[in-house]
Amino acid sequence: MSAYAGVPGVIETREALGETTLVVDPARLVEACTYLRDEHGCNFLSDIAAADFLGWGEQQVAGYIGTASGRDLHEPGSQGLSHVPAPKPKRFSVSYQLMRVGDEPERVRVQVWLDDGEPVASVLPVWPAADWFEREAWDMMGIRFEGHPNLVRILMTDDWEGHPLRKDYPLGGEPVRFSDEN
Amino acid sequence: MTVLPSTRIYEGTRIPHPVPTILEVDPTEHRLEDILRINFGPNHPSTHGVLRLIVDLDGETVAGIRAVIGYLHTGFEKNMESKSWWKSITYAPRVDYVAFHANELLYVLAIEKLLGIEVPRRATWARMAMAELNRIHSHLVWLGTSALEIGAISLFWYAFDDRDEILDLFEMAGGTRMHTRYVQVGGLAEDLPPNFTKEARKFCESMPKSVDQYEALLDRNAIWLERTKGIGLLSADDALALAQSGPMLRSSGVNWDLRKNMPYLAYDEVEFDVPVYPNGDVYDRYKVHMDEMRESVRIVRQCLDRLDEMDGEPWIADDRKVVLPPRHELHTSMESLIHHFKIVTEGFTVPEGEVYVAIESPRGEAGCYLVSDGSARPWRVRFRAPSFAALQATATVVQGLLIADLVAVAGSLDPVMGDADR
Repeated sequence: MSAYAGVPGVIETREALGETTLVVDPARLVEACTYLRDEHGCNFLSDIAAADFLGWGEQQVAGYIGTASGRDLHEPGSQGLSHVPAPKPKRFSVSYQLMRVGDEPERVRVQVWLDDGEPVASVLPVWPAADWFEREAWDMMGIRFEGHPNLVRILMTDDWEGHPLRKDYPLGGEPVRFSDEN
Repeated sequence: MTVLPSTRIYEGTRIPHPVPTILEVDPTEHRLEDILRINFGPNHPSTHGVLRLIVDLDGETVAGIRAVIGYLHTGFEKNMESKSWWKSITYAPRVDYVAFHANELLYVLAIEKLLGIEVPRRATWARMAMAELNRIHSHLVWLGTSALEIGAISLFWYAFDDRDEILDLFEMAGGTRMHTRYVQVGGLAEDLPPNFTKEARKFCESMPKSVDQYEALLDRNAIWLERTKGIGLLSADDALALAQSGPMLRSSGVNWDLRKNMPYLAYDEVEFDVPVYPNGDVYDRYKVHMDEMRESVRIVRQCLDRLDEMDGEPWIADDRKVVLPPRHELHTSMESLIHHFKIVTEGFTVPEGEVYVAIESPRGEAGCYLVSDGSARPWRVRFRAPSFAALQATATVVQGLLIADLVAVAGSLDPVMGDADR
């Protein structure tokens, strides 16, 4: 039995590289977080990290130059993978890195999986520190946190379009004014 | 000593509601028609970088505040996704440019955890010595600029003089003063130069005396004491709720240091104390910084002793799939040439997985969340920036202050805007 057996809404518990990940049903996230804070003493929200898995595993298994999955010597890292990575349940993951600041320190990661546009409840009532972390996840990834009282952009300007850290957002190519004006 | 304190800095919580980072003007305490809203920054010499504060003033009293960040957003995390693992290391020190070594180390430690690679002990101790030198460097920059901002100009010159000696040591080892890219996956980019420990020992001799001098200049200065004591209060509970870390947490009475409580590198093998102060004001934050510099010198000394013992030992792991082969082998060994070519063109691959690694940077918990799909490039890089977290406390610590104190308090949060905005 895992130490986190009683946490509500847990779908899956993963142990990898010495880290515990609790995959939680998005609908019961706040419940799970409140339980972890009150019963497990996770009083410190280190970080909220969102990740976009669009195109995950589509880079094929390693091939040779000239084949469809072949590499381009001018593009590092294009040689393909040694094996196809395990598929992900949905497009976005949001990982809450929790820590117990106390005499028996411990870390645990709570993770929820979301589709594009699918909202998740804000954990701001559980840890006030979630305020800016959630704003950043909204700004960079377009994750909607329901119940956040001030979910506005934080790093990009207020009128910015798109969410830069999404995989379908280009690395360069900011629109240039006047380029198509006569 | 227990982690959590029993003393109370103030009763209850001061975190604003409903938005923890915005202090709204309280209409029961201020007449709204008297409120003057001013814009402070982002380009102002005393905002510690490009921090912008929108301040609501009632006379000289701060009645409302909100911090605006993002002016130094450079998209490091996005850029790193498009570089191979070993090329993206170059970006990490530029995130928090004052604690450059700490961030570089953090990113490399995260990659190494995914790779499961073992690092030679000489490299570990050299990394630790430089991490502590970097901590002193960062604290000196903090001390110099923060004191400058509240009028103690001369300290700036003294602090930057000592800072230069540290940068000389970094230059000696890595070839550049800042952003050395000296930490390599598997160890170090080069062995430490022969006279490094000798020069570093000289610095360890002079540094504690310098710290004493700084304290003598400030601790008996009535203006400094008036401007820092009892100002910018943050209780232990509020600090934890707002995810404060590093000196911010320790000056609020929480005995928490990742080097002690969750040791990494070889911090469990060195002797040092964690300075903790109970009052949660600007003065205590200053005291924590000063004591930490002394403790860092203590750690550096122990590292140098160990490094002298380990002279001649390997400084990088012998793993040809990840680490560049020694230069001289390229002329004689076909395999080494192939490995070199593969690592330089395609880069090494990192096994699929996700990992969160955190270290005690000079500013607190610096974390790195990595996701790899097994290719030669990171799928997702995310930095947990201690400055970002520290600035969340702005609306809590400025309550009831005068506008002149705002500068002292903002400086005491020790934000590096490159770190906050990434």
